[in-house]
Amino acid sequence: MHPAFSVLFFTTLSGAGYGLLAWTMLLLAFERPGALMGHTPLLFLGLIGTATVLFTLGLFSSLGHLGQPQRAWRAFSQWRTSWLSREGVMAVLVYLTVLALAWWLSAPLRGVESGAGLPDEVRWVIWATLLGALLTVACTAMIYASLKPIPAWRHPLVLPVYLVFALLCGLLLMMLGQRLAGGVAIAPLLVVAGFLAGLLALMKWLYWRGIDRRPLPVSKTSALGLPEGREVSVFERPHTEANYLTTEMGFVLARKHARKLRLISVLLFAFVPVLCCWLAWLFPDAATPVLAVAVLASLLGALVERWLFFAEAKHLVMLYY
Amino acid sequence: MRAMRQPVLELQKPVGDQVRQTTCYMCACRCGINVHLRDNKVRYIEGNPAHPVNRGVLCAKGSAGIMQHYSPARLDKPLLRVGERGENKFREIEWDEALDLAAGWLRESRARDPDRLAFFTGRDQSQALTGWWAQQYGTINYAAHGGFCSVNMAAGGLYTLGGSFWEFGEPDWEHSKYLMLWGVAEDHDSNPIKLGLGHMKGRGAKVVAVNPVRSGYGAIADEWVGIRPGTDGLLAFALIHELLKADRIDLDYLVRYTNAHWLVVRNPGGADDGLFARDGEGRGLCWDRGQAPVGGTSVPKGIGTEVPPTGKAMPAESTGLSPAVIGEFTLPDGRKAVPVFQLVAERYLDPKYSPDAVAERCGVPAATIRRLANELAAAAFDEPVVIEQPWTDVHGVRHERMVGRGVSFHAMRGISAHSNGFHTCRALHLLQLLLGAVDTPGSFRYQPPFPRPIPPANRPGKTRQANGALDAAPLGFIHGPEDLLVDAQGQPRRLDHAYSWRYPLAVHGMLHTVIRNAWAADPAPVDVLLMFMANMSWNSAMNTAETMHWLTDKDDAGEYRIPKIIYSDAYASEMVAYADLVLPDTTYLERFDAISLLDRPISDADRAADAIRHPVLDSATQREGRDVRGFQDVLLDLGARIGLPALVTDAGKPRYGSYADYIVNHERAPGVGLLAGWRGDGDQHGKGPPNPAQLDHYRANGGFWSAEVPAEGRYFKMANRDFLDWSQRMGFIAKAEPVVLQLYSETLQKFRLAAQGHGPVQPPAAERERVATYFDPLPIWYEPFEGSQLDLKRYPLSAVTQRPPFMYHAWGSQNAWLRQITARNFLYLHPETAARHGLADDDWVHVDSHHGRITVQCRLAANVQPDTVWTWNAIGKRRGAWKLAADAPEATKGFLLNHLISDKLPDGGYANADPVTGQAAWFDLRVAIHRADPAAESHPQFAELGDNGDNAPLRYGAGFRKA
Amino acid sequence: MTGLPAPSKVKLGLVIDLDTCVGCHACAVSCKEWNAGGITGPLTDERPYGKDPSGVWFNRVHSYDVAATDTQPASTLHFPRSCLHCETPACVTVCPTGASYKRAEDGIVLVDEDKCIGCKLCSWACPYGAREYSAVEGVMKKCTLCVDRIYNETIPEASREPACVQACPTRARHFGDLGDPDSKVSKLVADRGGVPLMPELGYAPVNRYLPPRPRRAGPPGEAEAVADSPRESLDTSQLNPLLRWLDRALSR
Ligand SMILES: Nc1nc2c(c(=O)[nH]1)N[C@H]1C(S)=C(S)[C@@H](COP(=O)(O)OP(=O)(O)OC[C@H]3O[C@@H](n4cnc5c(=O)[nH]c(N)nc54)[C@H](O)[C@@H]3O)O[C@H]1N2
Ligand SMILES: Nc1nc2c(c(=O)[nH]1)N[C@H]1C(S)=C(S)[C@@H](COP(=O)(O)OP(=O)(O)OC[C@H]3O[C@@H](n4cnc5c(=O)[nH]c(N)nc54)[C@H](O)[C@@H]3O)O[C@H]1N2
Ligand code: SF4
Ligand code: SF4
Ligand code: SF4
Ligand code: SF4
Ligand code: SF4
Ligand SMILES: [Mo]
Repeated sequence: MHPAFSVLFFTTLSGAGYGLLAWTMLLLAFERPGALMGHTPLLFLGLIGTATVLFTLGLFSSLGHLGQPQRAWRAFSQWRTSWLSREGVMAVLVYLTVLALAWWLSAPLRGVESGAGLPDEVRWVIWATLLGALLTVACTAMIYASLKPIPAWRHPLVLPVYLVFALLCGLLLMMLGQRLAGGVAIAPLLVVAGFLAGLLALMKWLYWRGIDRRPLPVSKTSALGLPEGREVSVFERPHTEANYLTTEMGFVLARKHARKLRLISVLLFAFVPVLCCWLAWLFPDAATPVLAVAVLASLLGALVERWLFFAEAKHLVMLYY
Repeated sequence: MRAMRQPVLELQKPVGDQVRQTTCYMCACRCGINVHLRDNKVRYIEGNPAHPVNRGVLCAKGSAGIMQHYSPARLDKPLLRVGERGENKFREIEWDEALDLAAGWLRESRARDPDRLAFFTGRDQSQALTGWWAQQYGTINYAAHGGFCSVNMAAGGLYTLGGSFWEFGEPDWEHSKYLMLWGVAEDHDSNPIKLGLGHMKGRGAKVVAVNPVRSGYGAIADEWVGIRPGTDGLLAFALIHELLKADRIDLDYLVRYTNAHWLVVRNPGGADDGLFARDGEGRGLCWDRGQAPVGGTSVPKGIGTEVPPTGKAMPAESTGLSPAVIGEFTLPDGRKAVPVFQLVAERYLDPKYSPDAVAERCGVPAATIRRLANELAAAAFDEPVVIEQPWTDVHGVRHERMVGRGVSFHAMRGISAHSNGFHTCRALHLLQLLLGAVDTPGSFRYQPPFPRPIPPANRPGKTRQANGALDAAPLGFIHGPEDLLVDAQGQPRRLDHAYSWRYPLAVHGMLHTVIRNAWAADPAPVDVLLMFMANMSWNSAMNTAETMHWLTDKDDAGEYRIPKIIYSDAYASEMVAYADLVLPDTTYLERFDAISLLDRPISDADRAADAIRHPVLDSATQREGRDVRGFQDVLLDLGARIGLPALVTDAGKPRYGSYADYIVNHERAPGVGLLAGWRGDGDQHGKGPPNPAQLDHYRANGGFWSAEVPAEGRYFKMANRDFLDWSQRMGFIAKAEPVVLQLYSETLQKFRLAAQGHGPVQPPAAERERVATYFDPLPIWYEPFEGSQLDLKRYPLSAVTQRPPFMYHAWGSQNAWLRQITARNFLYLHPETAARHGLADDDWVHVDSHHGRITVQCRLAANVQPDTVWTWNAIGKRRGAWKLAADAPEATKGFLLNHLISDKLPDGGYANADPVTGQAAWFDLRVAIHRADPAAESHPQFAELGDNGDNAPLRYGAGFRKA
Repeated sequence: MTGLPAPSKVKLGLVIDLDTCVGCHACAVSCKEWNAGGITGPLTDERPYGKDPSGVWFNRVHSYDVAATDTQPASTLHFPRSCLHCETPACVTVCPTGASYKRAEDGIVLVDEDKCIGCKLCSWACPYGAREYSAVEGVMKKCTLCVDRIYNETIPEASREPACVQACPTRARHFGDLGDPDSKVSKLVADRGGVPLMPELGYAPVNRYLPPRPRRAGPPGEAEAVADSPRESLDTSQLNPLLRWLDRALSR
């Protein structure tokens, strides 16, 4: 599949954004409301704001993929069947809850006295936002994972990988944010991040092994309505020059490039972050720049991984093109 | 489930606001089309369901007519050269200036010597007009493109059957049980063949494709015989050998309809050797065995037992005879003679034609050849095709039913585009005749006005009358040496050397030699080269690089060696660059044309038909500044300006105001004009006085006319009284006489005798051996010349081209839709061949012939005979031609095989052509391939003609949707 | 709505005979021609006269080499491809806007270009390569089964069929109701063993392809066979073969 940058940026940025949002919600959910309102509302607002910027950028980037972006609003209508539509609907819902939270969180800024902290019912909104963020990522993953003509995307690990990517990038971002807001203890989270990075590397390894080994579920002969077993090769394509199908679905990636890129992506999204977490643990004083490196590496790694996710996925159309 | 909200679609919108019925000209098949116009733009072109040629279907080219008509490459104005020839620099001029100039040049050259005009036309179908015009001008130097196209097929057929393949005959699609396609990719009958193949396969008939490449028709054939190019004659002989050996031949048919029983004089060294024995009235004789007791009546030569034959010589065409087909007979005057059939049997029973002997050379296993022979025989004889239709033969004998042979052949340029093609074509006809499979139910069938007398009566014009016109049209049929156009020394008179001892039966001329000879002033200089619709500097040239040089070469005085070139094209082709004066033609939707029975008829076996094209769009409104004229109009105008005899009235005024006027009012013979329909008062067909309302009748009838052959006249046309009478009534033949099919060609023997020193007209010494060798009265096979003159170890591969079904020669590439299908070509190799050379898909290869080298990309495909490589024809374009961008794939990656094809044989002597007909031997090409370094472009490349590609997105039809 | 309608009784579609398809591209070009000016036009062409020309086509013709088997010779297969108007097509259900839909009355799958946002997802979801994105128009396009011909009463009844069917010179293309077992097309499919493509994907294509009939070339191994039994009726080693015709009683 042709790796369109609009889509790569979309999934990477929105993934990180929703991941960050999810972690922020988790943190928020376990904060004592009163304490929070007293001490670090800006941190939370900052984190939520950053998350929103990220997934908004992502969503905007996805508009770049559309031929008629001005009609994007129509995409909310088909949530009954379409994962893309569901993703849109989820994104909107998340915007709503985020907006509500931001309203409450910004109470002090608006000069409203609320010594009592967040009202209790807000907890539900927090949990809903967390769930919404993860579900949005899941919808994104399902857009791909539901496509039968692209067997590599039907792999059972596609959905978990999207989620873990979001969580990893989000967590690294959150830790960086916390550090920037001033010396919060993050040691346990560093362990979690390291674990996520390792888990991701393992899942991707399994995924790649899976798609390398699994033959296409459909044969050329079936695509041509011929009896099984007949050997077929292309004599002439319908058009000597490229067409929409060959450029969109016919992207071919040389094996050796794929191997190199896989390595690069694992280095970036797993190895570097793990190393950084370890360093940040060892040298808490240097945690901020080190985490910044980790964030950057994870995002770049995600981008490369996403590129591969497309570039390595073979569309069944290429069976007969 | 919720109710759907489906959009409301506008499904009742009329296709257009007008429909015009005319004839397609995206190729020469000439299908009927309905052109739907909306707001004076073409909305949709569909096949006309009522049209006899295509019955509603339409090929890819036909459907792309919209893009052809609106092509940016259209020429809009007459052009006068301003730069050097070949630079493609012109000034637009007005028609008056253009016509004055052209008329001046033509008048001048006619005054010096009409032969100083060389008038050659290409892909057109107005030879009835152009040939007549040339005759009025008085030049012998006229021809159309047939000489490089398929004259072997035409001549082979006309000198054997009085009809031919090409689009002049067809398999009996309805009844045939076994069809063999020999070297056919598309043909001029593309849609009828496709319709027929679909139908035949549906009926369960077997289709066999003999072709080095298995694509197109070959792909759907039941059997593909991947033959080595140039060896079909051998294969045919082996089949004949088998059939003779097994006595699976139709002798009754042979003695009824062919000259199998005619007696050939045996007088080695004599002036009459090999001629038919004739009586005092010139009637050919046969040996009538009379009521003689069966057994021991006559004795074939060399058998030993000398029993005097009984019976007597009788006119071969009389009835009530029992003709002998074997034996040597003594004629009343004491000469010895043998029947044709014996010569046939003796020759082809020779073991050198056995399947085992030819298998290796043909690349077809002997067992396969034997099986094919059996299958042919089974299809022909085991279950004859019977049509319950009484008919009467020319002798008045009534037959209760029509009984035929369910074997049909069709053949085209795979046979004819070889230097042995004439004989190979005759070999196929011989095979058909032995099977009794010519114009019988289930077999090959003539399309009226065929069959014609063998050879057709009209001979080429050679002398000028007082008014300067030739005594006959420049092209015609040669009946014997006396008809040749040679000078006192026996040297060619025509610029193209057609009708000379080198190519005596070049009945379509030899367009492929014209430019070299005009440059070399061989045999004499010309002043003006007038060309029409032929891309002669590119895909229709052999030796392209030198051809471009000849077109631009100057003499010592700095003058062009070809002084003036006038060219009429409709588009910015490669050839336009070489004209001094360009006369822009209309597109096919803007002009009148007559698809005439006098030219290349569109009849089918059951009906005679002709058609017109008429302007469905007004050229003046098609594009800002567009000012084009139909070439036929221009030709008539020019003829009148220079006062050609039949083109002006006695008062010196133009006789015809326009081509439409000419179509209606010109009579070739009393009552015979270009169109056969609605003559006289509109109720006479075939013959009749001109009818001023004729074109209206055509328009009202969908643009065509057709007349059904009476049911009793549909088969055995060569000897069917009902058919021949009908044909005569229609004006197709002068007399309702039977056509005797010629297994043995006495015409050829006359040339051989001349070469052996007999008769008043004899070849010069240098030509004798060649004429004696290749004018064998029975079909022969010889190694194609290019191969026979080369070291085949050095050039181990054959290289051929095929027509893509969706492109017409060069002119499809300007078409925005068609060029997307194929914007570039590849050299196709068999994987085994590729493996031998270490080649993979998309590798670059040098392809070398004795003549030159091209460097191109290859692709592997197993659907080709392994010793053959091939590519699609005419996809490669010169940079900047056809208003394509200079980096268009056609120019950068595409290529022509023509760069490798020499116009002369390797030894530099004769043209690369058939020695009998002069047919260009495109497919004799031998090559070697070598791996090349990856390259950015194919080679050779020639100077760019411009960089014109209009690359704005093309949104054709957007307006119709809104409207 | 991209929910699929209840299965319709009428299932309009094409039946394509691979036995007689000569790969001439007539169907592809006539489709282009009709639809360029039809309800989904234009079928835009980019760089029409330049490098890399490409455009929107609803029908494309492929060619393949098929290797020999023990019983069948190698062959060349021409294969036209257009939308199969599947009964359960994901191209419809993935569409976020409802632009892609399957008609309830006849099963034709269409794109409502006024709704389409050009997300291309439907083209990814179609395993048959039948969707064509137009970058210039920014919308998805596809075979309409010539819905603006087949119901168009301004067109003579006999011509109320898709442009590709109308044009096909070998008449290898057939149009009709595959939901009706008694229709001409259904019978053709039954007679000739018509097949759906990639049925295992579950899209339930309506169009059917008629497989090439078995080829009738020589027996396998024929090339290696040596001359066997004498096939002629006379023993030619004994007699001059011409003698058999010596006394043939022929009449004319
Ligand atoms: N290698 C190889 N070469 C071959 C062949 C082959 O098989 N292999 N085949 C040969 C054969 S059989 C033939 S017939 C030739 C064909 O070769 P050509 O006769 O040269 O055919 P085209 O290239 O189509 O060129 C015809 C010219 O007519 C112009 N034209 C198109 N429409 C009109 C019109 O309406 N009016 C006018 N005035 N001009 C028009 C086109 O622009 C073009 O310049 O090629 C020959 N060359
Ligand atoms: N679509 C389309 N139709 C056309 C044309 C076109 O350009 N495009 N051109 C028209 C013209 S001008 C002509 S002359 C006709 C020509 O019509 P065809 O004769 O059908 O044309 P070619 O493509 O030259 O086909 C020659 C076939 O012979 C095969 N062949 C080559 N050498 C041999 C051989 O030695 N033996 C055998 N058995 N086969 C051999 C080739 O592989 C090829 O399949 O087509 C006309 N129709
Ligand atoms: S075969 Fe095609 S291009 Fe030729 S006349 Fe017929 S429809 Fe036109
Ligand atoms: S038009 Fe008919 S024969 Fe030609 S490619 Fe299409 S289906 Fe095949
Ligand atoms: S062929 Fe493709 S586009 Fe057509 S209905 Fe089936 S899935 Fe959809
Ligand atoms: S491209 Fe258009 S039709 Fe296709 S899924 Fe997207 S919105 Fe629907
Ligand atoms: S049915 Fe109509 S739109 Fe579909 S492929 Fe055929 S011509 Fe094209
Ligand atoms: Mo030709």
